[in-house]
Amino acid sequence: MLTPILAVIVRDLRLALRRRSDIASVLFFFIIVVSLFPLGVGPEPAQLRKLAPGVLWVAALLATMLSLPRLFADDYRDGTLEQLALAPQPLGLIVLGKVIAHWLISGLPLTLLAPVLGIQFDLSGEALAILTVSLLIGTPALSGIGAIGAALTLGVRGSGVLVSLLILPLYIPVLIFGAGAVDATLTGTGAQAHLSLLAALALAGVFFSPWPSAAALRIALE
Amino acid sequence: MSDRLFNWYRFASPQAFYPLAGRMIPWFWALAALFGIAGLYVGFLVAPTDAQQGEGYRIIFLHVPASWMSMFIYLVMAFWAGLGLAFNFRLSGMMAQALAPTGAMFAFLSLWTGALWGKPMWGTWWVWDARLTSELILLFLYVGFIALQSAIDDPRRADKAGAILALVGVVNIPIIYFSVKWWNTLHQGSSVNLAKSSMATVMLWGMLLCALACWMYSIAVALMRVRRIMLEREKDTLWVREELAREAS
Amino acid sequence: MIYWNSLADFLAMGKHGLYVWGSFIVMAALMILEPILLARSRKSLIARLKRQYRAEKLDNHHPPREDNP
Repeated sequence: MLTPILAVIVRDLRLALRRRSDIASVLFFFIIVVSLFPLGVGPEPAQLRKLAPGVLWVAALLATMLSLPRLFADDYRDGTLEQLALAPQPLGLIVLGKVIAHWLISGLPLTLLAPVLGIQFDLSGEALAILTVSLLIGTPALSGIGAIGAALTLGVRGSGVLVSLLILPLYIPVLIFGAGAVDATLTGTGAQAHLSLLAALALAGVFFSPWPSAAALRIALE
Repeated sequence: MSDRLFNWYRFASPQAFYPLAGRMIPWFWALAALFGIAGLYVGFLVAPTDAQQGEGYRIIFLHVPASWMSMFIYLVMAFWAGLGLAFNFRLSGMMAQALAPTGAMFAFLSLWTGALWGKPMWGTWWVWDARLTSELILLFLYVGFIALQSAIDDPRRADKAGAILALVGVVNIPIIYFSVKWWNTLHQGSSVNLAKSSMATVMLWGMLLCALACWMYSIAVALMRVRRIMLEREKDTLWVREELAREAS
Repeated sequence: MIYWNSLADFLAMGKHGLYVWGSFIVMAALMILEPILLARSRKSLIARLKRQYRAEKLDNHHPPREDNP
């Protein structure tokens, strides 16, 4: 069961590494959006500290959003997806592999970048740690849920904007618990509960969303 | 194929449903008008004033039915969607498509009346209360559904994609509501307190009648819209030609 | 039976008239507008289809497909 997943992950990573500029542009989008906020709201450290969790998390949401259309689009265009759909392995498992690969090339770099950006917002060491942990736990859910939107809008005109209309409302729980975890650390109430719920969302998101995504892919391939 | 299954398919075929819906629409309009007049009479003319909220509370007779319908219609939409995916009925996709705009309208009305209720009661048009926020997100879900369906040209694919989205949405609604509620209690405590006045029976009746009116209205409008969708989609078939030839107008 | 003493009282809604009637009017307007728009779009669709059928009858190259889903 694990072999097809692993094969898909390795394949997608190899393809992504051949086009590193795609990964880089998503990361730079994240950096730019986060850096715009202090310019918009002013440089007072106290205010920035208060805004930081929300800003970083919303920027992570938008950056993930930006990388979603490519999740299936290339494979759809060159016919690989049709081959994958015909493979004896369940399409859901293949999608799971693609979701994991997507997280490795978008969610994980975002997570690693976040503490650096958090310093710009004058976050304390503890808050930075919780921010990183919350992104580490939460971004897989973003990739998982996002896959549904990417699959539904495959080959549809205006799919870039459409996918955000479909998926951003579904991201709200992840945003609430992710940003809430950092916020709770800042106010000293402890992030434990938020992180547990975030982990639950991530598990549910990663392991359940491949099936509706696979169903949506089959519809797109019909 | 057994006889029973055959009948099911026949009933679910647009050709059989179109005239049936046409006959049902006037009845649902009559019911909607009846319940609406009764509900408004009870709510706006008979019901006494609320001790805590004054006359402003009468918005409840509009706000609560609109909110209920917006949620209920999403559930019905998801039900048709599931039915469509499971049995491949052509009718169910059309029903889901016909319901969505009405559901979105009720979600908007719920927000609008909620804002106009909030201003005199809480002193502000909008609060990030769990219920208001969830209603807003519900409106987003409707908008997403409508946008997805209108972006896909092939109606069969639009139906199925919309169905998956509706089902994903219906699974997510409780999660969203719970998370918004959690977020809300953490951030603003209980600054918003819906006055929990024990509701008089007459008020309850008013609300119930208004909700029934909205329900009947939704059915009537959805049937009107589904008939329009059927004509549009099946315009190349024989039955639509015969149907139009039969209709005088 | 009726709670109100005068029409003016009813319209004033105890200082909340603007909010109550603002809600009522918008809701009523949308609920009246929606079926009217639907009826109109139905009419224009039927007119369009009839024109199309007439045009097809003239060149008669596209016989209607049998309805057998």
